[in-house]
Amino acid sequence: MGLIIDIVITGLIGGSTFALLAIGFSLIFGAARIVNLAHTAFYMVAAYCIYVMTQKMGLHPVWGMIIATVLVALLGLISYQLFINPIREHEGAVLIATIALAMVFQEVMSLLFTGTFLSVPALIKGYFVLLGVKVFYQQLITFCAALLVLALLWLVLMKTKLGLALRSTAQDREVANLMGINEARVAMMTMGLSVGLAAFTGAVVVPLTILEPTMWMHPLIMMMAVVVLGGLGSLKGSFIGAYILGFAEALVVFLAPMGSFLKGPVALCIMIVVLLIRPEGLFGVSFEEER
Amino acid sequence: MMKKGKVLGIVLLAAFLMATVSFPAWGAEKIKIGVIGPMKYVQGIGHWNGAVMAAEEINANGGIQVGDEKMEIELLKADSNEFLNVTDATNAMERLVTKDKVNFVVGGFRSEAVLAMQDIAMERKVIFIGCGAAHNKLCERVAENYDTYKYWFRMTPTRSTFLARTAFIHMDYVAESLKKALDIPKVKVAVVAEKAIWADPMVSYAEAYIKGKGMEFVGAWRPSPVATDVTAELSAIQRSGAHIIFTVFSSSVGITFARQAGELKIPAAQVGINVEAQKDSFMDATQGMGDYAMTSTTYCRGVESNKNTKAFVEAYYKRFGETPTYTSGTYDAIVYALAPSIEEAGSLDPDKIVDILEDRKYESSTANIVYMKDSQGRHLHDITWGPGYATGIAIEWVDGKMRGVWPYKWKLTPDSPKVTHKGCVPYTIPPWMIEKYKK
Repeated sequence: MGLIIDIVITGLIGGSTFALLAIGFSLIFGAARIVNLAHTAFYMVAAYCIYVMTQKMGLHPVWGMIIATVLVALLGLISYQLFINPIREHEGAVLIATIALAMVFQEVMSLLFTGTFLSVPALIKGYFVLLGVKVFYQQLITFCAALLVLALLWLVLMKTKLGLALRSTAQDREVANLMGINEARVAMMTMGLSVGLAAFTGAVVVPLTILEPTMWMHPLIMMMAVVVLGGLGSLKGSFIGAYILGFAEALVVFLAPMGSFLKGPVALCIMIVVLLIRPEGLFGVSFEEER
Repeated sequence: MMKKGKVLGIVLLAAFLMATVSFPAWGAEKIKIGVIGPMKYVQGIGHWNGAVMAAEEINANGGIQVGDEKMEIELLKADSNEFLNVTDATNAMERLVTKDKVNFVVGGFRSEAVLAMQDIAMERKVIFIGCGAAHNKLCERVAENYDTYKYWFRMTPTRSTFLARTAFIHMDYVAESLKKALDIPKVKVAVVAEKAIWADPMVSYAEAYIKGKGMEFVGAWRPSPVATDVTAELSAIQRSGAHIIFTVFSSSVGITFARQAGELKIPAAQVGINVEAQKDSFMDATQGMGDYAMTSTTYCRGVESNKNTKAFVEAYYKRFGETPTYTSGTYDAIVYALAPSIEEAGSLDPDKIVDILEDRKYESSTANIVYMKDSQGRHLHDITWGPGYATGIAIEWVDGKMRGVWPYKWKLTPDSPKVTHKGCVPYTIPPWMIEKYKK
């Protein structure tokens, strides 16, 4: 029984981090067909911003979170205007440009902070015991943040004009344009929102992790796996996919301790198996269909 | 006429520029030492700092006596970027030995990269003194193919089998302390080792060793070297009832593990190898949660392994504001290994220097250095391990401070004399362990 509780709690917490990242990535792909491989690099930049603000400037972590999220969202908008918008129509070029952007961020952080492993304090220090399992308060915050973000996104998408524009652009860019929606502007706003989400994730997750310039790579792989598993562009799919992979990782650690380093590969294998059975992912649109 | 003068001026300027670019070594000839390592990381910074201290110290005394002339040292930095890319490391070494034409190379960290860099240096007959990689193969190559690999020597750390042996001795020491203080009849041990080649043999050997010592082996966990969350592993370890967690970490997972174990107050003593815990920055990196982590290491302020230790550690701390780590062994490589051997050889001829160095017995900043031979009497150019030779030390973090805890009344065999390095104090059991187990 104890083992099951361990797996459930660990899976929920791990899945929440993946969900936070994947939702932002899925949003920009769904709305603007931009595969932003620099998504987790923005998360890394946000983490470093928080480090500077809390450890070097002495600001409270909450202020650090807010400022970092705003700054990185702005950085995302600038990057979009300079590097992505001019080549948006060429999907291959966007892939290369965004991965190059991520590498640039990595090297800049490497120059500024060297490769030294750094960390930042938790918003709330300490832990509580839930059904015999020790859980950090910060992990609880991550879990709640994932639920909150999903709820807020749902509200934005379903109850606001921006959401309506976003959904119609996602369904058909040309028709949305003809209906008077400024598609380029919607794409830019979505980019800001998406990168802001990446920054917010960095802010929430960074106290649980280690800062170093390559910290964006592993989450990128897992995030891609989540998004593909859930169905490209599907927010619901990303959310559910994240928890599936979170539970898969927890199962590996608890059931095969000697193979706990395999938790990532096992999660990726699950993704491949799902894709073999359902190539469009769990909640994606069939490849055969025109979107 | 004006035009001709202008052209002549330009030609002269170009000639001057070319000359200054092409012949930067005009003036007194210098001994060129390449310092190779991952320069954006603490390990490479240690390589460089140790070498800088050595060069400054030697140059302040006029340089090294080579035959009739005194030659100063010129250091050339090469970023191997070996954590991310082994090819970058081989390219950096290639540049040092071909373009920069260095006389010697010191440094290297990741065994996989150093094996590749070693080949390049050996091909050019450049003496390469390793200050970071522990793989046995690096020195076994010397025995297997002496003519090719004789230009390789190890400075720090000891070979991986000795590192493992020392770490197991530390585990025994902690187990004895727990038995005595907490009256635990049979100590349970969990092994947590990052998934890396160097850690594999230690994990395979650990189970047999632990059982052989009358302890209970409760399991082995192998997280990724860059895992950012090990709460699942910690949860499972706590459930296993382990009293000791034997750690084998060289990467960032060492910080994650110590931080989360400290924050969750996992009632088990951490002992073994945790490279991140060897650094002064460990407490900041763990947000103050790294207390009671114990690790094998080379230097600790206040601990004197021999008469040279204190002067080096304090001078290093004064110069760079931190305690040296074992990659700063570049200092030993230059000051204690190369400089006296060059002076004795009276030349920079690598063959002459190898002949002298391999038979030299000398004191580094930590130990008596004697180069080993294998069972067939072949040179290994590896350093001898054991009391009176290189063993390293162990430190424990207590109240946010690093302190030496081993060797403290250590006896290699029941009949051996007790060994205590000056400045070492007894091991401290985590208070939350005492709270849980004290009857």
